[in-house]
Formats: sequence, C-alpha cells, structure tokens
Amino acid sequence: MFHLILFLCFGAICVAGAINLLVQSHPINSALSLIVVMASLAAEYLLLGAEFVAAVQVIVYAGAIMVLFVITIMLLNAGKEERTQGSRIATLVGVPGVAIGGLLVAWTLLHGSNGEKVAIGALPGDPKDIARLLFHDFLLPFEVTSVLILIAIMGAVVLASRPEAIARPHPHSSAPAVEEPGELVAPGKER
Amino acid sequence: MVPLSYYLMLSGILFVCGVLGFLIKRNIITIFMSIELMLNGVNLSFVAFAARWHALSGQVFVFFVMVVAAAEAAVGLAIIIAVYRTRETLNVDRVDLLKL
Repeated sequence: MFHLILFLCFGAICVAGAINLLVQSHPINSALSLIVVMASLAAEYLLLGAEFVAAVQVIVYAGAIMVLFVITIMLLNAGKEERTQGSRIATLVGVPGVAIGGLLVAWTLLHGSNGEKVAIGALPGDPKDIARLLFHDFLLPFEVTSVLILIAIMGAVVLASRPEAIARPHPHSSAPAVEEPGELVAPGKER
Repeated sequence: MVPLSYYLMLSGILFVCGVLGFLIKRNIITIFMSIELMLNGVNLSFVAFAARWHALSGQVFVFFVMVVAAAEAAVGLAIIIAVYRTRETLNVDRVDLLKL
C-alpha cells in the first residue's frame, strides 16, 4: 500500500513535469521541468530496486546531460519561443494519431495484462552483479560505447568550435565585422 | 505491490508527451529535450520489465541507452550551436534550406 502511494506520488510529479515541459514557452523552464521528470524517475527506479540505474540516472541524466542543455540555452541566449505555423500537418494529423496510439496502448495494458505485480525492490541484483554482467557478458558492447563516446566528444568539439579556429578564414563571411579578442584563435594566426 | 501495467502506463505517458512535444514545439532545443523525454520513458519500461522477469540485462541496456543519449546530446547540442551561428535562429521552421 505504501509502495503504491509512493509510486503514485512520484508518477504524478513525473507526469506534471512532462506536461509542464510541453506547456512552457521558454526553453529554460522546459529544461528545469525535464530535470524534475528525471529526478522523479530516479525515485521510481529506487522503488523498483534498481539502485545502480537510479544513481546513474541522477548523475548522468539529471546531472551531465541537463547541464549541457542548460549551458547551451544560456550560451545561445534562447528567448521565448516564437510561434510559426510551418508544419500544420504535424498538428492536424500527428497529434490525433499520437492520442489514438496512446489510448490503444492504455487499453491494451489495462485489459490485456493479467494483474502481474512488482514488489518493492523486486530486482535481484546489486551493483556487483551488474558489474559482473557488464564486464563479462557485455564487454564488447561496453568497449564499443566507449569508442562511441570518444567519437562523439571529438565531433562535438569540431562542430561547436568557431569555423575560423579550425579552418582558413572565410572570404565573405557573414560574421560581424568587429572581432572580439577572446576568440579561439591562435595568437599569431592570420585571419 | 504495484501492478506492472502501472509502470508501463507511466512509461507510455512520458513517451506520448515526448512525441507531442516533438510535434508541436518549434524551438529546436525543446524538440531535443522531448527526445530525451522519450528515451526516459523507454528506460522506465526497460527497468520495469527487468524487475518483472528478474533479469539484470534490462538494467545493462538502460546503461547503454544512457550512454548513447549522452553522446547524442553532446553532438546534437554542438550541431544546434553551429546552426545558431549561421542562421541566428532556433526556430525549426526558419531552418529549412540546406544552403544559406
């Protein structure tokens, strides 16, 4: 009973954050409500007994990834979202389609499931078992993801650095004529 | 004891919110956050099924999904910064040409 109450509380916070993400028009408000969603999802993972996943959810998702988002929003000075009607077919066809799909999934779950229940802390493993699985059975995927992360970091650095910092100066660039001294250009480099 | 279908319902609600945000939002950063919301919804169903079947592989897959999401966020936000430098806008309706 107590388990169910906790689940419903955190689930309500989660859904409220997700809906707030849709309603808010300023990106920073959406980002902060997404952090609320992720933190309450970590609590749901704890209720299921997945301590490792809950910790990683807080550290990686609510910590690292959302810091990236918030810093990008602040860096680009993203203001209020402007409303344009560029893709009316998305709202006219997509939203009813999503609603119908969601209702179908809900109906299937409510009528098709045979009342299986999950106890509190139902997952058997502690982080030791997960580590054994990760570094034994899933060793190759683990190494491949490390390569993936490395490539992603290098790609992010190349993409986000200013073009003149990594290549020759653009002949008729649309950049502002006044050049700030704090750019990522080597001191003696010709522009 | 919480029925397994409740967890799946919550996961489905999060996924539907993500899809709706993807469809109706016009700011490219908010669209990206909607994708993260969808990934979170899928992660919750992974963990719920792992608890149901007493299989730890579900948690390992959540770990992999998080790694891929981190890589995707890094590259995607870098692309957003590069787009903003050239277009001076974050509205996806104004970024509809391949060439400037």
